Amino acid sequence: MAITKSLHKLENDLADPKNQLKILSNGIFKDELPTFAKKIAASNQFPIQAKKLEILQINVGYMCNQVCAHCHVDAGPDRKEIMTRETMQQCLDVIQKTGAHTLDLTGGAPEMNPNFRWFVEEAARVGIQDFIVRSNLTIIRANKKYYDLPSFFKKHNVHIVSSMPHYTRGKTDKQRGEGVFNQSIKALQELNKVGYGMPNSSLKLDLVYNPSGAFLPTNQAALESDFKKALQEDFNIQFHNLFAITNLPISRFLDYLIASDNYEDYMYALVEAYNPEAVKSVMCTNTLSVSWDGYLYDCDFNQMLNLKVASNVQHISKYNEDLLEGRDILISQHCYGCTAGAGSSCQGTVAE
Amino acid sequence: MAKTYYDPADLRKFGKITEWSEALGNKFFEYYGKVFEDGALSAREKTLIALAIAHTEQCPYCIDAYTKDSLQRGITKEEMMEAVHVGAAIKSGATLVHGVQMMNKHDKLSH
Repeated sequence: MAITKSLHKLENDLADPKNQLKILSNGIFKDELPTFAKKIAASNQFPIQAKKLEILQINVGYMCNQVCAHCHVDAGPDRKEIMTRETMQQCLDVIQKTGAHTLDLTGGAPEMNPNFRWFVEEAARVGIQDFIVRSNLTIIRANKKYYDLPSFFKKHNVHIVSSMPHYTRGKTDKQRGEGVFNQSIKALQELNKVGYGMPNSSLKLDLVYNPSGAFLPTNQAALESDFKKALQEDFNIQFHNLFAITNLPISRFLDYLIASDNYEDYMYALVEAYNPEAVKSVMCTNTLSVSWDGYLYDCDFNQMLNLKVASNVQHISKYNEDLLEGRDILISQHCYGCTAGAGSSCQGTVAE
Repeated sequence: MAKTYYDPADLRKFGKITEWSEALGNKFFEYYGKVFEDGALSAREKTLIALAIAHTEQCPYCIDAYTKDSLQRGITKEEMMEAVHVGAAIKSGATLVHGVQMMNKHDKLSH
């Protein structure tokens, strides 16, 4: 069934992160399955601690033109949380002095923030090595005012990372909404037209695959090759890399798992696929996530669970990279999503 | 409470068969894992073969496991159903080809 409203708008119990964390800490994790803390302790990896910052991920708001079935942000047109220009300025002050090599803008649909273009222009001026915008593709086709986004991104040498759950219409629309596949295809063609994703092009275009249901992603390289073949043959579309991301059991995806009676099997599958190697490079060790209102989190998932960093510095206005380094990462059972199989992060798999 | 021979939750306990015969169980799982690795056939092709056989063997655990495995590998439902038809075609063909034996026997016994 197509989803049209956020859990927040529906006043669903799971809109409250406390209720999500309660579910993740009870039930099967009381006696059947080990908690994430126990599991990592067994391989002498507790607590996970932040290393040197490499990726600064900024969530500029939860508003989105889509309402995806799996969305961990619970984003949608009815979400009004939007980063102000003032907070963006505080972020820019940090971007200017950070040692991070990657700046990663996400949302919602980040382009829907009224100050998005100003922010991109200012941030691009700093000359950070890799400047990512996570674009849902359909926004480029959603309204005339967004039609020039491919040229805008090109002008500022932005690296585009976009979600594409499958190379067939059926699976894509089921997860992301009716008509999303066709619009995404058009947007990808527009991006190709200005040079994005072409072989040897410095304009990077990567796709994100996440499973459209209660199962884990398989081998990233095999999926990338299937996607490349199908998108090239069917639509003459090219892209650079495919990142396979595991759906974490929080927010809308948690709601789906429970409603479809898949929650226990999914958690068993995550725990069974636990890979201690993936813990070593899990993204919270080199990433910091900033919310629309300027608070700091170990990752975008912890942001949605309202688990602020365990540090004296919790807001971008008080940012101090040295103080944040070495902090203990806050964990719960959702973290199994990042350590399953080859691991999962916003940049795809993390282990062999 | 209704009791059934098959419980979906038993599938995740499959590994426990090693508890009663460790050496043989481990050998089996090692062999099983090896079989499904990329080789002359891709792991994707092997999944589709397994899915078809899961149906001809009518093993509910295997059907659950290889439907999920197919989804994980990005295999479409059209590909999955075609694989099941391959299994069904072999099953029905295997039934019908015995019709020749019936015909032979019939003719031998008849004037």
